Amino acid sequence: MANVRIEGVAKQYAGRKILSGLSLELNDGECFTLLGPSGCGKTVLLRLIAGFETPDSGSIAIGGEVVANAATGHMLPPDKRGLGVVFQDYAVWPHMNVFDNISYPLKLAGTAAKSLRERTLRAVDLVGLSGLDARLPSQLSGGQQQRVALARALVSEPRLLLLDEPLNNLDANLREEMRFEIKALQRQLGITILYVTHDQEIALAIADRIAVMDANGALRQIGVPEALYEKPADDFVFRFLGIASFLPVRRDGEALYIGGSSAKWVGQAPDIPDARLAAGFRPSDVMLARGGEGLPGIVRRASFLGAQVDYLIDIAGTLIRAALPSHECLARNLLFVEGDHCLARIASVQWFAGDILAAEKV
Amino acid sequence: MNARAQSRFGTPELLFGLSVAVLVIVVGVPMLLIFFNAFWVDGHFNVADVITVLRHPETYKALLNSLILSVGVTITGTIVGTFFAWLVTRTDLPFKKTMKLLFLVPFMLPAFIGALAWKMLLSPRAGYINRVFMDVFGFDGPVFNIYTYAGIILVETMYLFPFVFIQVSGALERMDPTLEESARISGADLFTITRKITIPLVMPSILSGSLLIMLYSMAHFGTVAVLGVETGIYNIPTLIYEKIHQSAGSFASIRTATVLATVLVITAALILWLQNRILSKGRYQIIAGKSFRPTELKLRGLRIPLLLLCIAYIGFTIVLPTTTIFLVGGLKTYGLPFTAENMTWSNYNHILFEWDLTRGAIWNSISLGLSAALITMFAGVVISYVIVKMKVRGKGILEFLGMLPFSVPGSVIALGVILAWSGKFGINLYNTVWIILVAYIARYMAFSLKANSAALEQVHDSLVEAARASGATMAQALRDIVVPLVRPGMVAAFFLIFLPALRELTVSVLLYGPTTRTIGVAIYTLNEDGETVYSAALAGIALIIIVLGELLIKRLVSGKNGA
Repeated sequence: MANVRIEGVAKQYAGRKILSGLSLELNDGECFTLLGPSGCGKTVLLRLIAGFETPDSGSIAIGGEVVANAATGHMLPPDKRGLGVVFQDYAVWPHMNVFDNISYPLKLAGTAAKSLRERTLRAVDLVGLSGLDARLPSQLSGGQQQRVALARALVSEPRLLLLDEPLNNLDANLREEMRFEIKALQRQLGITILYVTHDQEIALAIADRIAVMDANGALRQIGVPEALYEKPADDFVFRFLGIASFLPVRRDGEALYIGGSSAKWVGQAPDIPDARLAAGFRPSDVMLARGGEGLPGIVRRASFLGAQVDYLIDIAGTLIRAALPSHECLARNLLFVEGDHCLARIASVQWFAGDILAAEKV
Repeated sequence: MNARAQSRFGTPELLFGLSVAVLVIVVGVPMLLIFFNAFWVDGHFNVADVITVLRHPETYKALLNSLILSVGVTITGTIVGTFFAWLVTRTDLPFKKTMKLLFLVPFMLPAFIGALAWKMLLSPRAGYINRVFMDVFGFDGPVFNIYTYAGIILVETMYLFPFVFIQVSGALERMDPTLEESARISGADLFTITRKITIPLVMPSILSGSLLIMLYSMAHFGTVAVLGVETGIYNIPTLIYEKIHQSAGSFASIRTATVLATVLVITAALILWLQNRILSKGRYQIIAGKSFRPTELKLRGLRIPLLLLCIAYIGFTIVLPTTTIFLVGGLKTYGLPFTAENMTWSNYNHILFEWDLTRGAIWNSISLGLSAALITMFAGVVISYVIVKMKVRGKGILEFLGMLPFSVPGSVIALGVILAWSGKFGINLYNTVWIILVAYIARYMAFSLKANSAALEQVHDSLVEAARASGATMAQALRDIVVPLVRPGMVAAFFLIFLPALRELTVSVLLYGPTTRTIGVAIYTLNEDGETVYSAALAGIALIIIVLGELLIKRLVSGKNGA
């Protein structure tokens, strides 16, 4: 059990800055997710904490103990940091069977044979591999190998567990199952977890707190999942946590218009004073109607996806996404076809400065 | 912020430095000395002199001979190899599997021993076959004179055709049959399919195999030394040997040798470059990694005749020469007919238990093979580790130096080693067993690097990192994870070196001293000295050791896979 304190850490490879001046604190016993696009440096941060890389500047402390300090040159090797690591490619040793893989950390720690056997078998049970302990990794499925890696990381009851996209190579069902299991294990054992991923769905589901990192390795926002989802610090975070649509909005005196058109903005008023605004919202925030109040639009594409119907709607030249529950569409005669006129009301809007749309049109 | 280059001198730098040092001393310096000696005369760079050397009738003739012989062997070897490869993969020939294995046997037999056997059978006057025809059937002259270009080409073909055979049969087996089937559906007959689909698809394999034949034939010493020298047919390696041996190291002859060596190296590099290009261009996705069941051509009435042809070929190229070696090795005097009263075990007894020269040679070959294999295996692991796993700058040099001997013929390596270790730099190893060891290490390093790099590539970094995170120190991670995973590669490297070293002739013949003959050298010199029966007896023993060694590997390798 340990907190992690990262202070002013910088790292570069071959002249390319990956991380610079990054500070972050993980609380004892929480499941912390580092979320960011691929190649943003989140894995580098994990490797710095694990001790596979040395920071160019700054310091890292685990449980109050400084494990890396660029100023003093102090560097605790990975084997002395008391962690568990699960790699993206599992890194299960192919020449050892499941039992030997999982018991290896205990063997290194000099655990007595009887206790080693008990604890290893308990870890095997914990990840649901009972009875498979004599198998070689080549005789296991990807998901089972993943569990071996997880059990191996957990067996010595580390104070900190580092997970690097461990569910990437699994199929969708298994991924969902494993993500609940990791969460359950963490609650059961009370360890601190750092989970690195680019998948916002996993991040939201598993995390006590999330940090969103941008492509330059800078942290954009840190907070509980609900806060990030409902009150994103900026449009990057907003976009990264789910499908996002934006409508350009122009302020003319007291009145609000959509883009350059004469269509009036109807709905939630902006909470920022800018003259040019961007209204951001999720597909599920859009409510469609055939009549009444709303932004007039034309349906460009309609796809029935089972539980919901997905629409692409043209509002004064801007395309937005809308998702309506199928049962509601059926009950209220809202099954539009391409070319239909409709009225869109947006239930919940995140207001951003209009210049975020300068670069691209969504 | 400017980058702080913290270059502390740690283990990686130490390993890197050590690896570079080993390769530079063992490989780099000898090679540089060859070029230096060839082009540097009286303190300045001199090309005109090189041309004078090349235009000398003797050298010019040797270059031409090398070309004639290697082109000849390449053509015949390619035809024979392709034909048999097609026969054992794409037809309903009986006993295909057995035939396929038998066609690989010539690969384990040293060509110079084969040449020796054919000399005994087909030398113009004393050859047993020629004598039978002259004495029994009353022929006026020999039916075939082996001391000719044709003779040398035939003998080399017998031992080098497997290069094409292996490549082509592999390609034919891995070729997706749907390619041919779809042509069939499109209305093409079998002849058209073969011409338009099959041959173009296996062409890269044929070409790459034939270039390997050319490379080996060009640098081949043994057969030409046994069969050609008698009638004045020298190729580049035999002339290098002649120059070094006969002229007691005079400056002019060493220069000629280095110029010849340079030509050989350039040609070999050219051939390998060409082969690389063909292989990378010809790598269509069509020839997949897995095995398919190709459609078989029904041979019908030709089934049995073609089987007999295969059996005759194997009998003629493997059984006949091998039997000849053992029989001649058992004769009381060379030239006697093979009758019971002329046979004796005493030659074998003498060679194995009495004669110091042959006993020493067997001991030398085995101890040299073992030490070269062990040293090269361990050095190879370390150097491969640096090349594959470590993030150090300049490791391209390591790769280049390590793989260089792959394209450098044995006689060139031997020459370079002579130049480097005959006292020029204060160390004189000439006439000692150490100079042969150094040359073997240089020659076989590439084998070790290939086998070990391949094994290390399989060991992902995360496997080691996972061990470190589990609490293992670097040393423990190496011991528990890396070493067990690369062990098969190390074992492979060991045997890839040990077996060729056992039968080695080209390198050791240039480096041996009075007490440092290897098996190959002993067989060769005994034959030169007219001690034909002892030469044959020792060759027989060498064949037994080689075959036992090959069988042992097969056992070990298949045992590994089974576990």
